[in-house]
Amino acid sequence: MNAISKDVSIELYNIMMRIRLVELKIEELYAQDEMRTPIHLCVGQEAIAAGVCANLNKADYVFSNHRGHGHYIAKGGDLRAMVAELYCKETGCSRGRGGSMHLIDTSVGFMGCSSIVGGSIPIATGAALNSLLCKDGRVSVVFFGDAASEEGVLFESMNFAALKNLPIVYICENNFYSVCSHQTARQANCDISMRPKAFDISSCKVDGSEVMEVYAESKKAIDKARSGKGPSFLECRAYRWRGHVGPGDPQKDSYREQKEWVEWMKKDPLKKFEDSLTKSDILDDACIKNIRCKIDEDISEAFEFAKNSPLPDRRELEKYLYG
Amino acid sequence: MPWTKFIIEKQEPGYDEHAGGSDRKLTVPEAIRETLDRALAIDKQVFVMGQGVDDPSGMFGMTLGLQEKYGKERVFDTPLSENALTGIGVGAALTGSKPVYFHNRPDFLLLAMDQIVNHAAKYSYMFGGRVRIPLVIVAIIGRGWGSAAQHSQSLHGLFMHIPGLRLVMPSTAYDAKGLLAASIADGNPVIFIEHRWLFKHRSYVPEELYTIPLGKGLVRRKGKDVTIVGISYMVIEALRAAEELKGEGFDAEIIDPRTLRPLDEEIILESVKKTGHLVIADTDWKTGGAASEIASMVAQKGFKYLKAPVKIVAWPDVPVPGSYVLEEAFYPGKDDIIRLVKDLVNI
Repeated sequence: MNAISKDVSIELYNIMMRIRLVELKIEELYAQDEMRTPIHLCVGQEAIAAGVCANLNKADYVFSNHRGHGHYIAKGGDLRAMVAELYCKETGCSRGRGGSMHLIDTSVGFMGCSSIVGGSIPIATGAALNSLLCKDGRVSVVFFGDAASEEGVLFESMNFAALKNLPIVYICENNFYSVCSHQTARQANCDISMRPKAFDISSCKVDGSEVMEVYAESKKAIDKARSGKGPSFLECRAYRWRGHVGPGDPQKDSYREQKEWVEWMKKDPLKKFEDSLTKSDILDDACIKNIRCKIDEDISEAFEFAKNSPLPDRRELEKYLYG
Repeated sequence: MPWTKFIIEKQEPGYDEHAGGSDRKLTVPEAIRETLDRALAIDKQVFVMGQGVDDPSGMFGMTLGLQEKYGKERVFDTPLSENALTGIGVGAALTGSKPVYFHNRPDFLLLAMDQIVNHAAKYSYMFGGRVRIPLVIVAIIGRGWGSAAQHSQSLHGLFMHIPGLRLVMPSTAYDAKGLLAASIADGNPVIFIEHRWLFKHRSYVPEELYTIPLGKGLVRRKGKDVTIVGISYMVIEALRAAEELKGEGFDAEIIDPRTLRPLDEEIILESVKKTGHLVIADTDWKTGGAASEIASMVAQKGFKYLKAPVKIVAWPDVPVPGSYVLEEAFYPGKDDIIRLVKDLVNI
């Protein structure tokens, strides 16, 4: 905490708040049926995206997954283009061809999301290989969930990254659920952070509800990658506050333990961080109000832009198949 | 492996679309190697990877000596991990490289279908043209000496099904060079499938780098009675069939599509318009495959030219067998083509 400057703290708070408010707005308006794309909200996991991306340069690469809104925002992706993509508009970041699960903004190094679980992992590894070959000094980061740690392609990729000493950081966001299946129903050993050690990849467990911890641990990993010392792996544990897909979590009581839910609700990453910043006089109510106000303005503007944007032209159905 | 030498030399067909043009003749692997050498020299973004590309035999000679010349960073051996390595190729391509990824056999591409189909083929479209994936994946069809069910498949029908991929199947050294250069330069994911039985054939290959446009077929032999479309190695069987048919008074025209995606529909339709008869010879299963797709295309766009039903020479619907007795029964060849042509033209 002490090692992090006031400016960085406020920026982290700002990003977390931005992710939270964007997600809540999407959820609020989803029932209008104008965003005709499946949404995977990351409420409860904001600290991971914010803490990691705050250590990256604009030129560094981030790769993400179906639950990628927060990563896109944290890497500095254009909010208007993201919301327009959710509205399936031509002005969307993927020109309405991708939808909510396929966000991209190459101008800030946000290199796309795959909705095949684990699908982005080797692609991020390949971007790191490219950086090694052309010595551009970039670091690649890939975000994936606990279920992706069940995919063989993660192990194949980690082996290659270790073999070639690639500048990559693997960020596993363990939110304990794959749709409604708990990690314990899927994994013989739930310590995901132990697995990279088989490849001599340094790895640790991080409290993904503590943005300062995420920031500090990912800083070490990113600095290490940038200085040519190879890949790292962070298992960041946080809780998915919503269902796998869509607004709310209507089936919550059928698959979650009440006790688990209550415990995690006490660990709201945004609230915890806000409390700690106000306690240490970095933030006060006026500052918080200002931050929220600015974000609310951006969000209103983005939704207005999206709603008023044109839909793709039916005659361009086949455009963009080849690059 | 002595068997490959034996079988391939026995199969030497002696054909060349540039016959008499020059005596600079190369084999397919030599032509591939020459292309890679030039591509690596002129384009720093190109790299070559694959299990065994630095082996003493250099992937049947295709990558021989390239690591010594261009270094271990740009020509490197890989872990097996076909799916991850394909994704790594996608990621490198996405960020500026032009990887060429070698596989011994198409059978192993099945382990990489997620990255080929869900990722490489989708990224340009799914992201509204914001990115492109210049990735070339090379694989060589095996055949014979009991290679059997898991080392003899072509599988190009699977790849032809997928929008967003290019699918290239050269049948000569000249085409292998020009099409590989075009594939590297294309800027999209390309599945480049060669056939092991073509590897000892020699044809005229100019020294300089040149490209052959993807989607341009070739009339390998002009004729007027029947059109035979040959895919990959089946071009050779078709040429042999045509020679025999000539002696019996049938004049066959042979079309080599060279690329299946995009497919040169026009060259096939033009030929069928002239001959009124069509036989398609493929190195793959018929059901849901390239031959059936071409037949369907002609039925949809050239039905009025047809004087008789379209015939297909392809693999029977069973896995490739191991025993040489069953191999002989399994693989169709010139005699099957000849039989179908006679059936057709005599109707």
